[in-house]
Amino acid sequence: MQIHVKLFALLREAAGTDSITLDLPEGASVAQALAHVQQQHPVLAPYLENVRLALRMDFVDAEVSLSDGDELHLIPPVSGGIGCLSKSLRNRLVCKL
Amino acid sequence: MFIKITTEPLSVQALNDLVKRASDGAVVTFDGIVRDNFDGRSVRALEYEAYAEMAEKKMAEIGTEVQRKFEVGEIAIVHRLGHLEIGESSIVIAVAAPHRHAAFEACAYAMDRVKEDVPVWKKEFFADGDAHWVNQN
Repeated sequence: MQIHVKLFALLREAAGTDSITLDLPEGASVAQALAHVQQQHPVLAPYLENVRLALRMDFVDAEVSLSDGDELHLIPPVSGGIGCLSKSLRNRLVCKL
Repeated sequence: MFIKITTEPLSVQALNDLVKRASDGAVVTFDGIVRDNFDGRSVRALEYEAYAEMAEKKMAEIGTEVQRKFEVGEIAIVHRLGHLEIGESSIVIAVAAPHRHAAFEACAYAMDRVKEDVPVWKKEFFADGDAHWVNQN
Protein backbone atom coordinates (compact mmCIF):
# COMPACT_ATOMS: atom_id res chain seq x y z
CA MET A 1 0.00 0.00 0.00
CA GLN A 2 1.03 3.61 -0.51
CA ILE A 3 1.38 6.10 2.33
CA HIS A 4 2.06 9.80 1.84
CA VAL A 5 4.17 11.38 4.56
CA LYS A 6 3.79 15.16 4.89
CA LEU A 7 6.62 17.29 6.25
CA PHE A 8 6.61 20.78 7.73
CA ALA A 9 9.03 23.46 8.87
CA LEU A 10 12.49 22.13 9.81
CA LEU A 11 11.68 18.61 8.58
CA ARG A 12 10.55 19.95 5.19
CA GLU A 13 13.72 22.01 4.84
CA ALA A 14 16.00 19.18 5.98
CA ALA A 15 14.44 16.67 3.56
CA GLY A 16 14.20 19.18 0.70
CA THR A 17 10.60 18.13 0.04
CA ASP A 18 7.21 18.47 1.71
CA SER A 19 6.01 14.98 0.85
CA ILE A 20 7.45 11.45 0.83
CA THR A 21 5.64 8.46 -0.67
CA LEU A 22 6.23 5.07 0.96
CA ASP A 23 5.39 1.56 -0.23
CA LEU A 24 4.50 -0.45 2.86
CA PRO A 25 2.98 -3.87 3.52
CA GLU A 26 -0.78 -3.93 4.22
CA GLY A 27 -1.58 -3.07 7.83
CA ALA A 28 1.78 -1.42 8.54
CA SER A 29 1.86 0.83 11.59
CA VAL A 30 2.80 4.47 11.93
CA ALA A 31 6.04 3.35 13.63
CA GLN A 32 6.92 1.19 10.62
CA ALA A 33 6.27 4.14 8.32
CA LEU A 34 8.63 6.26 10.42
CA ALA A 35 11.33 3.60 10.21
CA HIS A 36 11.03 3.74 6.41
CA VAL A 37 11.19 7.54 6.45
CA GLN A 38 14.37 7.31 8.48
CA GLN A 39 15.87 4.79 6.03
CA GLN A 40 15.04 6.88 2.96
CA HIS A 41 15.99 10.20 4.54
CA PRO A 42 18.66 9.61 7.21
CA VAL A 43 18.97 13.39 7.52
CA LEU A 44 15.57 13.37 9.30
CA ALA A 45 16.64 10.87 11.98
CA PRO A 46 17.62 13.43 14.65
CA TYR A 47 14.19 15.07 14.45
CA LEU A 48 11.91 12.03 14.35
CA GLU A 49 11.99 11.40 18.08
CA ASN A 50 10.49 14.84 18.70
CA VAL A 51 7.65 14.73 16.20
CA ARG A 52 4.01 14.15 16.95
CA LEU A 53 2.02 12.19 14.42
CA ALA A 54 -1.28 13.15 12.83
CA LEU A 55 -3.75 11.22 10.69
CA ARG A 56 -6.90 12.85 9.34
CA MET A 57 -6.18 15.96 11.40
CA ASP A 58 -5.93 14.21 14.78
CA PHE A 59 -2.88 13.20 16.78
CA VAL A 60 -2.27 9.44 16.82
CA ASP A 61 0.08 7.02 18.55
CA ALA A 62 2.86 5.16 16.75
CA GLU A 63 1.00 1.84 17.17
CA VAL A 64 -1.92 2.87 14.94
CA SER A 65 -2.29 0.90 11.69
CA LEU A 66 -2.26 2.73 8.39
CA SER A 67 -4.51 2.20 5.36
CA ASP A 68 -3.70 2.56 1.67
CA GLY A 69 -3.59 6.20 0.61
CA ASP A 70 -3.29 7.57 4.17
CA GLU A 71 -1.55 10.89 4.66
CA LEU A 72 0.68 10.75 7.73
CA HIS A 73 1.61 14.23 8.93
CA LEU A 74 4.79 14.64 10.96
CA ILE A 75 4.23 17.51 13.38
CA PRO A 76 7.44 19.06 14.76
CA PRO A 77 7.27 20.81 18.16
CA VAL A 78 4.97 23.83 17.79
CA SER A 79 6.19 27.40 18.06
CA GLY A 80 7.16 28.58 21.50
CA GLY A 81 5.19 25.86 23.24
CA ILE A 82 6.27 23.08 25.54
CA GLY A 83 6.89 21.66 22.17
CA CYS A 84 7.44 17.99 22.75
CA LEU A 85 5.35 14.91 22.92
CA SER A 86 5.09 13.18 26.29
CA LYS A 87 8.14 11.28 27.48
CA SER A 88 6.32 7.95 27.47
CA LEU A 89 5.21 8.36 23.86
CA ARG A 90 8.67 9.51 22.85
CA ASN A 91 10.23 6.44 24.45
CA ARG A 92 7.77 4.12 22.74
CA LEU A 93 8.52 5.76 19.41
CA VAL A 94 12.27 5.50 19.85
CA CYS A 95 11.93 1.83 20.80
CA LYS A 96 9.94 1.17 17.63
CA LEU A 97 12.62 2.76 15.50
CA MET B 1 -17.08 30.93 18.07
CA PHE B 2 -14.80 32.59 15.52
CA ILE B 3 -11.74 30.62 14.35
CA LYS B 4 -9.43 31.56 11.52
CA ILE B 5 -5.97 31.11 10.04
CA THR B 6 -5.03 34.04 7.83
CA THR B 7 -2.13 35.81 6.15
CA GLU B 8 -3.81 39.20 6.64
CA PRO B 9 -2.90 41.57 9.51
CA LEU B 10 -4.97 40.97 12.66
CA SER B 11 -7.25 43.54 14.28
CA VAL B 12 -7.55 43.25 18.05
CA GLN B 13 -10.44 45.72 18.13
CA ALA B 14 -12.41 43.88 15.45
CA LEU B 15 -12.19 40.58 17.39
CA ASN B 16 -13.01 42.34 20.64
CA ASP B 17 -16.19 43.74 19.08
CA LEU B 18 -17.03 40.41 17.47
CA VAL B 19 -17.23 38.43 20.74
CA LYS B 20 -19.08 41.05 22.82
CA ARG B 21 -22.72 40.47 23.80
CA ALA B 22 -25.06 42.69 25.82
CA SER B 23 -24.97 40.18 28.68
CA ASP B 24 -21.16 40.29 28.95
CA GLY B 25 -19.31 42.33 31.58
CA ALA B 26 -15.79 41.72 30.28
CA VAL B 27 -13.73 40.93 27.23
CA VAL B 28 -10.16 39.73 27.77
CA THR B 29 -8.00 39.83 24.65
CA PHE B 30 -4.55 38.32 24.28
CA ASP B 31 -2.41 39.93 21.59
CA GLY B 32 0.67 37.84 20.79
CA ILE B 33 3.26 40.00 19.07
CA VAL B 34 6.60 39.49 17.34
CA ARG B 35 9.47 40.47 19.64
CA ASP B 36 12.85 41.76 18.50
CA ASN B 37 15.05 39.34 20.44
CA PHE B 38 15.62 35.66 21.20
CA ASP B 39 18.13 34.39 23.73
CA GLY B 40 20.04 37.69 23.63
CA ARG B 41 20.16 37.82 19.83
CA SER B 42 18.56 40.52 17.75
CA VAL B 43 15.59 39.30 15.65
CA ARG B 44 14.68 41.07 12.40
CA ALA B 45 11.47 39.27 11.37
CA LEU B 46 9.50 36.05 11.73
CA GLU B 47 7.82 33.61 9.43
CA TYR B 48 4.92 31.41 10.49
CA GLU B 49 4.03 28.17 8.74
CA ALA B 50 1.12 25.86 9.58
CA TYR B 51 -0.68 22.69 8.72
CA ALA B 52 -3.57 25.10 8.26
CA GLU B 53 -6.49 22.67 8.03
CA MET B 54 -5.52 20.87 11.21
CA ALA B 55 -4.59 24.12 12.94
CA GLU B 56 -8.12 25.47 12.41
CA LYS B 57 -9.63 22.19 13.59
CA LYS B 58 -7.50 22.20 16.76
CA MET B 59 -8.28 25.87 17.43
CA ALA B 60 -12.02 25.10 17.18
CA GLU B 61 -11.63 22.14 19.56
CA ILE B 62 -9.81 24.41 22.02
CA GLY B 63 -12.59 27.01 21.71
CA THR B 64 -15.19 24.34 22.53
CA GLU B 65 -13.09 23.06 25.44
CA VAL B 66 -12.74 26.58 26.86
CA GLN B 67 -16.48 27.24 26.61
CA ARG B 68 -17.18 23.96 28.42
CA LYS B 69 -14.61 24.58 31.17
CA PHE B 70 -15.26 28.25 31.99
CA GLU B 71 -18.30 30.51 32.44
CA VAL B 72 -17.70 32.42 29.23
CA GLY B 73 -19.63 33.50 26.17
CA GLU B 74 -18.17 33.94 22.71
CA ILE B 75 -14.53 33.24 21.91
CA ALA B 76 -12.37 34.17 18.92
CA ILE B 77 -8.98 32.63 18.07
CA VAL B 78 -7.17 33.93 15.00
CA HIS B 79 -3.62 33.04 13.97
CA ARG B 80 -1.63 34.81 11.29
CA LEU B 81 0.80 33.05 8.93
CA GLY B 82 3.56 34.20 6.62
CA HIS B 83 6.11 36.98 7.05
CA LEU B 84 5.66 39.21 10.12
CA GLU B 85 7.62 42.27 11.20
CA ILE B 86 8.58 43.19 14.77
CA GLY B 87 5.55 44.40 16.74
CA GLU B 88 2.96 42.77 14.48
CA SER B 89 0.32 40.48 15.97
CA SER B 90 0.73 36.77 15.25
CA ILE B 91 -2.20 35.52 17.33
CA VAL B 92 -5.20 37.16 18.93
CA ILE B 93 -7.54 35.42 21.36
CA ALA B 94 -10.62 37.27 22.58
CA VAL B 95 -12.92 35.84 25.26
CA ALA B 96 -16.13 37.51 26.42
CA ALA B 97 -17.80 36.60 29.71
CA PRO B 98 -20.42 37.90 32.13
CA HIS B 99 -17.64 38.33 34.76
CA ARG B 100 -13.96 39.21 34.44
CA HIS B 101 -12.35 36.37 36.37
CA ALA B 102 -13.66 33.72 34.01
CA ALA B 103 -12.58 35.78 30.99
CA PHE B 104 -9.01 36.18 32.31
CA GLU B 105 -8.65 32.50 33.17
CA ALA B 106 -10.23 31.26 29.95
CA CYS B 107 -8.04 33.47 27.76
CA ALA B 108 -4.82 32.32 29.47
CA TYR B 109 -5.92 28.69 29.29
CA ALA B 110 -6.81 28.96 25.60
CA MET B 111 -3.37 30.38 24.76
CA ASP B 112 -1.59 27.60 26.68
CA ARG B 113 -3.62 25.00 24.81
CA VAL B 114 -2.84 26.64 21.46
CA LYS B 115 0.88 26.36 22.26
CA GLU B 116 0.43 22.64 22.96
CA ASP B 117 -1.76 21.40 20.15
CA VAL B 118 -2.02 23.78 17.20
CA PRO B 119 0.42 22.87 14.39
CA VAL B 120 1.96 26.28 13.70
CA TRP B 121 5.72 26.79 13.46
CA LYS B 122 7.81 29.90 13.72
CA LYS B 123 11.10 30.68 12.00
CA GLU B 124 13.15 33.54 13.42
CA PHE B 125 15.37 35.60 11.15
CA PHE B 126 18.23 37.21 13.06
CA ALA B 127 19.77 40.59 12.34
CA ASP B 128 23.09 38.83 11.58
CA GLY B 129 21.53 36.92 8.66
CA ASP B 130 21.15 33.60 10.49
CA ALA B 131 17.75 31.91 10.91
CA HIS B 132 16.28 29.07 12.95
CA TRP B 133 13.04 27.21 13.57
CA VAL B 134 11.96 27.81 17.16
CA ASN B 135 11.96 24.71 19.40
CA GLN B 136 13.02 22.27 16.72
CA ASN B 137 16.74 21.69 17.10
